[in-house]
Amino acid sequence: MSVGLLFDSTRCIGCGACSAACKEANDLPLPIEDHTTAYTWTVVEDVGGAKIRRLCFHCAEPTCVSVCPVAALQKTAAGPVVYDPQRCIGCRYCIMACPFGVPKYQWDQPVPIVGKCILCAGRVAQGLPTACAAVCPTGATLFGEHGSLLREARKRIAATPDRYVDHVYGANEAGGTSVLMLAAVPFAELGMKTDVPRQPLPLLTWNVLSKIPSFVGVWGVLLLGIHWITKRREEVSAYEAPQREKER
Amino acid sequence: MNFAVASRQAARRIGFWPAVCGLILLLFAGVAVLRFTRGLGAVTNLSDRFPWGLWVGFDVLCGVGLAAGAFTLTGIVHIFNLRRFEPIVRPTVLTGLLGYLLVIAGLAFDLGQPWRIWHALFFWNPHSVMFEVAWCVMLYTAVLALEFSPVVFEGLRLERPQRIMHTITTPLVILGVILSTLHQSSLGSLYLIVPAKLHPLWYTPLLPYLFFISAIGAGIGMTILESHLSERAFGRHLEMDLLEPLARGMVVALGVYGLLRLIVIAKNGALAALLSPGYEGSMFLLEFTVGVALPVGLLLFERVRTHPTGLVVGSLLAVLGFVINRLNVSVTGMESAAGVHYIPSWMEITVSLGLVAIGFTLFALAVRYLPVFPEPGRRRS
Repeated sequence: MSVGLLFDSTRCIGCGACSAACKEANDLPLPIEDHTTAYTWTVVEDVGGAKIRRLCFHCAEPTCVSVCPVAALQKTAAGPVVYDPQRCIGCRYCIMACPFGVPKYQWDQPVPIVGKCILCAGRVAQGLPTACAAVCPTGATLFGEHGSLLREARKRIAATPDRYVDHVYGANEAGGTSVLMLAAVPFAELGMKTDVPRQPLPLLTWNVLSKIPSFVGVWGVLLLGIHWITKRREEVSAYEAPQREKER
Repeated sequence: MNFAVASRQAARRIGFWPAVCGLILLLFAGVAVLRFTRGLGAVTNLSDRFPWGLWVGFDVLCGVGLAAGAFTLTGIVHIFNLRRFEPIVRPTVLTGLLGYLLVIAGLAFDLGQPWRIWHALFFWNPHSVMFEVAWCVMLYTAVLALEFSPVVFEGLRLERPQRIMHTITTPLVILGVILSTLHQSSLGSLYLIVPAKLHPLWYTPLLPYLFFISAIGAGIGMTILESHLSERAFGRHLEMDLLEPLARGMVVALGVYGLLRLIVIAKNGALAALLSPGYEGSMFLLEFTVGVALPVGLLLFERVRTHPTGLVVGSLLAVLGFVINRLNVSVTGMESAAGVHYIPSWMEITVSLGLVAIGFTLFALAVRYLPVFPEPGRRRS
């Protein structure tokens, strides 16, 4: 079973209790900034009256996990994409590659680490909901099993189609994510990336990387072969040179 | 005697370029202190929206690419057995070795926690292109050091290590070519993961192939430039009989590369946009004109190729175009999706220039104290 969140923009009142609870649950320093940073993992933004939460989507096949050279980022079986600051070398490939622009860096620190929502992995492991879902006064952020959240999202759209755009954000983006979102206006208008590929992105690089072992074998044998042939040619011509001299 | 006269006399004694190098290195040291005490934000214009800048685009992508002459030349001499190119192998391998050492120095600035660089050895992620690049760069730097070691042994008159190195040259060169093929192309693969972020003028599944082929062209270009600079600095003559055929190889590499680029752009449907180019289109046209059209157009003519000035100008254009290309992939092509305009801070530029200055200084020192160039009498005719 893997867990996730369902954020229903139409039920959000923008109180910001989720941001505050996140700070407390994850020991993050105040203040609560107006956009996500390495120190503020989730915020509620107001876009022309509509509310939208910013947080990590916890992809089923996360780009950040695939690009990290030291495996500091991991997708847990329970759903959260977690980060090990002890491993991170600070290459920032995760920040560069994330299709949702989620991971952030501590640019102001001489010993910096990455910061992003970890879906309260510690609380989830104890069977608790994420801090943001636990405090949400309107139920705009729901915590639950991913499959049932997805069914709930589709049910809401079907039951009140005039209330929502017909799009469960996260159902297909980047191959599917643990965090799902519903909204009354198109997600592009809420500042969400809508050009995210429908396929898991790690495939794009794995298609190349997985061919390396066979390539090394073929390329190595080919180079050795070329060396063998050209070397033999040199020896033959060196051997024949005095004979040609004689014949002349 | 006033200060102006004194400094002018001092400058004359030291020489113009060493003085410039010294000044850059002084600033470089200052920026280094700031970088490691105040963090990346204090010295760079990087941000969460634009996490990779000049130090990745120039220090790493260009540093590795421009050092590609080493695997190209060692491959030509030891795998294809074209022994006549041997006299330029040593300075080219030295350029390569210094290039890779400076890439690692550049990473020491760019990585958030460079003292953990060894983590890639112990915490594996075979799904990461960066992991593969890290291993290849590390192993290939070791290979380059071994390939250069006979020069040091010869300088120290150590016979036995020289003989040992001689016997393992061929496997070492083959290993070097394999490692280079892998990571030169993988620097392009790094960008395969951002199909929605990198502009269609540069994004293509062929990125690894394009990076590999263009590195061969630029690597040869650097070899020619380095011969030219050595000629001026150390009073050596330009080995036109060797460099002219190399230039032909460069033209072929650039030609194949240029054609592939155009085919890819046509397939991406971005060709028409070049007729009324915007920011990205103009930068592409600059890159393509300087790095492909002009050098290929010029060096196709035998009269240009066989003339030292023509040869050097053609190679300089190819190298410049290569640098613009790598900066276009890493900066220009990523700006629109990031929604910000990135211009490196003067401190980022200082670090990059400082690394180049260190490279020139180390090259000059190596030439002075080690038998990098063949003795005039020993040169094969």
